[in-house]
Amino acid sequence: MPASAVSPADTAALEQWLAEQKHKSLLRFLTCGSVDDGKSTLIGRLLYDSQLILDDQLASLRRESRNRATGNEGIDFSLLVDGLAAEREQGITIDVAYRFFSTDKRKFIVADTPGHEQYTRNMATGASNADLAIVLVDARKGILTQTRRHSFILSLIGVRHVVLAVNKIDLVGHDEAVFDAIETEYRAFARDLGFETLVAIPLSALNGDNILQPSPATPWYTGPQLVPYLETIEVATDRTSRPFRLPVQWVNRPDLDFRGFSGTVGSGIVKVGDDVLVAGSRLPARVSRIVTMDGDLPQAVAGQAVTVVLDRQVDVSRGDMLVHPGAVPDYSNQFQARLVWMNEEHAIPGRSYLLKLGTQLVPATITALKFRTNVNTLEESAAKTLEMNEVGTVTIATDKPLAFDAYRDNAAGGSFILIDRISNATLGAGVVDFGLRRAQNLSYQSFDVNRQVRAELLGQTPQIVWFTGLSGSGKSTVANLIERRLIAERRLAYILDGDNVRHGLNKDLGFTDGARVENIRRVAEVARLMADAGLIVLVSFISPFRNERRLAREVAGDIRFTEVYVDTPLAVCESRDPKGLYAKARRGEIKNFTGISSPYEAPEHPDVILHGGLHDPVRMAEDLYTRIFDWDAGYSI
Amino acid sequence: MSNNAAGRPLSHLETLEAESIEIFREVAASFERPVMMYSIGKDSSVLLHLARKAFFPSRIPFPLLHIDTTWKFREMIAFRDRMAATHGFELLVHTNPEGLAARINPFDQGSARYTDIMKTQALRQALGAGRYDAAIGGARRDEEKSRAKERIFSHRNAQHAWDPKNQRPELWHIYNTRLAPGESMRVFPLSNWTELDIWTYIYSEGIDIPSLYFARPRPVVERSGTLIMVDDDRFRLEPDEAPQVQTVRFRTLGCYPLTGAIRSDAADLPSIIMEMQASRTSEREGRLIDSDQAGSMEKKKQEGYF
Repeated sequence: MPASAVSPADTAALEQWLAEQKHKSLLRFLTCGSVDDGKSTLIGRLLYDSQLILDDQLASLRRESRNRATGNEGIDFSLLVDGLAAEREQGITIDVAYRFFSTDKRKFIVADTPGHEQYTRNMATGASNADLAIVLVDARKGILTQTRRHSFILSLIGVRHVVLAVNKIDLVGHDEAVFDAIETEYRAFARDLGFETLVAIPLSALNGDNILQPSPATPWYTGPQLVPYLETIEVATDRTSRPFRLPVQWVNRPDLDFRGFSGTVGSGIVKVGDDVLVAGSRLPARVSRIVTMDGDLPQAVAGQAVTVVLDRQVDVSRGDMLVHPGAVPDYSNQFQARLVWMNEEHAIPGRSYLLKLGTQLVPATITALKFRTNVNTLEESAAKTLEMNEVGTVTIATDKPLAFDAYRDNAAGGSFILIDRISNATLGAGVVDFGLRRAQNLSYQSFDVNRQVRAELLGQTPQIVWFTGLSGSGKSTVANLIERRLIAERRLAYILDGDNVRHGLNKDLGFTDGARVENIRRVAEVARLMADAGLIVLVSFISPFRNERRLAREVAGDIRFTEVYVDTPLAVCESRDPKGLYAKARRGEIKNFTGISSPYEAPEHPDVILHGGLHDPVRMAEDLYTRIFDWDAGYSI
Repeated sequence: MSNNAAGRPLSHLETLEAESIEIFREVAASFERPVMMYSIGKDSSVLLHLARKAFFPSRIPFPLLHIDTTWKFREMIAFRDRMAATHGFELLVHTNPEGLAARINPFDQGSARYTDIMKTQALRQALGAGRYDAAIGGARRDEEKSRAKERIFSHRNAQHAWDPKNQRPELWHIYNTRLAPGESMRVFPLSNWTELDIWTYIYSEGIDIPSLYFARPRPVVERSGTLIMVDDDRFRLEPDEAPQVQTVRFRTLGCYPLTGAIRSDAADLPSIIMEMQASRTSEREGRLIDSDQAGSMEKKKQEGYF
C-alpha cells in the first residue's frame, strides 16, 4: 500500500494527511469465487496488507494458523473472514458480509458473498452496489461452470468492471502458458457480457504475489498489480453525464414559506435556473434553489442528497420524479424486465405483488414469464414459475403508471424489488430492460349506460359476494339458498361455482399454484363484468390463497364486495365428503388438494364468518342474508 | 461537505454522508412513529449531525431517545441536555423504573445482569411504550464480526427480536420498509462507516463531542488492568484503593463504572486520530460487556440490544 496506518510525524503533516483522508474516493467491489478458489484468503490478505489487523487479533491469528496452510507470514488469512461456516450450519441467513479497508488513495468496501446454495441471490445482492468485481479462478482448475455463472450474474446486475484473478499461480509453477490459456478462454466467453474493462492478473493471495508489488516469480507478467489497480481504476461511471433525475423522497415543509423536495440525485446534474419536469404530470418548473445545511449550492450532481426548491407551485409528492425536460424517462404501466427470484415462495404470474422502484411503491403483477435463463449454461427455456435463485425474463404490469429508465441507461431509475403483500418479504429483484407502450394506448371504453342506470332498472345493488372455505364446507349450499331467496324476491342473482367454471371457462387450467392464481383472476374478472351488468354475483370458490382473494377485491374496484368465510373445520368437511374427494386425496389420487396436500390460508379479516361446524346451511344462509341484504331495501352502487 | 461545485467525483466521506441522509429521509417518509437512539457518544454525535442535515431547514421530524441507566458519566448528561437545547430536537429520556426501584447497579449485579436490566430491558420498555415502528441506531458494520452482515434496515418481530434466519435481502438503495402490525425496524445509517471515517468526519465537519474523548487529568482506579474513572461518590472503592489522577481519555462512552479509560496525551482531534492510527487494539476492548461471555454481541442483538 503503504497503508493509512502510517502515523504522520508532525502537525503540518497531520493536517495534510487529514486533508487527503477527506478527499479519498470510494470503490465498492465484490469478490466471486467458491471457498476453494481462495476468496477468503484474498480478502484476508487485503485486510492484512492494509494493516487493519490489530495486534490482539494478529496474535490469536498466528496461534490458530498452526497446522494450516500458511504463506510467508505464517498466517492463514482465510481465518480473518471465515467464521461464517458455523452460522451457515445454524441456518442463519448470510447473504453478504461487508468488509472495509483503505489505502492512502482510496477507501474500499468489499461485499463478501458466501454460500453455495443461495449463490445467485447472494451475488446479485452483493453486486447491486458494486462498481467492480474480482472473479477468482484457481489456476489449476481454470474456467469452471461457476465462473460463467458468476460472470453472467455480474452482467445481469450491470457490474461494468471486472478483474479476473488467476489465483494460486504458484501451484502451477508460475506458468505463463497456463495463465494465457485461462485469460484467452475467459475473454472469449465474456465478449457478450458488456464489461467495460477486463484485466487478468496472475496472483497468489497466500504468498502475496502481484498483490502489492510485481512478483519476481512472474517476470513475464507486465500488467498491473491488484491493489495498485484497485486504487486507480476510474469507475466514476458516467452517472453524471446521464439525463438529470431526482426521485422525490420527502417533501420538506418546515413552515408555510418553504416547500422543498428532498432526494438523492439519481443521475445527471442540476443547476439553479434549470428547467425541469415532473415525470408523471409533465408539469414544468424551474429550479430556484438547491438547499443544504452547509448553504445553498449552485449545482448538484449524481449521488448528492439535496433539497430542491422550485420557482412555482406544482403538485409534487413522494414518488414523483423531477427530470430533465429534454430527456424524460418512460412513464408507463408495463415493462419488460429480468428478475432474480430470492424467496422460497415461487414467482407466480398473475399474483399481485408490491413493486418498489426508487421512491415509487405500487401493486404489480408478472403478466408473462417469457423464459427462464439457466445461470450455468445461459440457455433459455419456457417456465411457468421461478424458484429461488432462478433468473427469468418477464413482463410486469403495475396498477399505476411508473416513471422509469432502462437499467443499462440508469441503474437508479431501472432497478426494483418485489414485495409479498402478506408477509412483506422481499421476494425478488429486477432490472428494467425496456418499457412497453401497449398499455398506454389501451384505455377503457366509456359508455352512456352505466352501472347506476342498470341498478336503477333492476332495483337492486349490484355486488359480489365471495365465498371462501374448504371443499365440503357448505359454500355452494349456502350460495344456492341465498340465490333462491333473491330470485323469489325478484332480484337477479347468479352463482359462479368453482366446479362449473372449471368445466368451461377454466377447463385449460390445472391445480398448480400458478393455475390456481389464473383461475381466480379470471373468475374475479367475470364477477366484475356481471356485477357491472347489474347482477348480484355469488362466487363460490375454495380460493385458498389470501393474495388471490385480495386480487379479487381489487379487481372489483368500486363494486361492493363481501368476503364470506365459511369456517367449517377440516374434520367436519372430511366426514361429509359429498364428492368423495377427501378420500381420494388421502389415498394420494388427487394432488394439491386444499386442506390435505395444499394449504388453505384462512382470511384474517373477512367481512362475514359463517360457522359451518356449528350451524346448518339454512341458519347460515339466514345469517348471511340479514348481514348483506336486509338493509338493502333501496339500491345504491 | 456538499460544496461540490467542481463536478468532480464525490469523495468517500461525501458518498457516505449522502447515503446516510438518504436513509434518514426514507425512514421519515416510510414510518409512522420513528425514533432515534441517542447515546451521546461520537457515533451518536455524527448521527445527530446527519439527521439535522437530512431534514434541513426542517427540524428533525422525530424524537431522540436516551436510555439513561443513571450510571452515565455526569458530563454525558450535561452534554446531552446542551445538544437538545442548541439544536431544538425533542429529547426523550427513559430509565427502567423497576431497575431503579430495585437499585440495580453495576457493582452488586455484575455487568451482564446490570446491562440486561438497565439497558436491554429499558430499551424494550421504551420502544414498546412509544409504539415506535422504526428505531434508528448508530451501529457500524466494522465494529465487530457479527455486525458485518447486518442489514441497514433490520427487521424485528413483534417481540423486538432479531430473527437472523428471516432477514430481507437488501439491493441497491431500495429499502423494504413494510411491516406487519406490531413489528418494527432497526435502521443503521452508519452501517458503512468505519471508526476512522467517523473521526475524520467529526474533524472535517467540526462536530461537537463530549470532552471525555480528549485526554485530561481524571481520577481513576485500576482494576484487572482496566482504568476506571471515579466519576461520583457512588463508586465503591476497595478498602486499600484510592483514586489516582492520571491523564486519560475514553475511546467509547457508556456507564462510567464499566468503561475503561486509556492512558493518553491526545487532547485534541488530530492527536486522537493520530493515536488511533498508531494504536493496534480493537475499539470495543474498552467496553467490559463484550468480555463477559463469548459471542455476546450476537446474543444481545437477538434480545434487542443495539
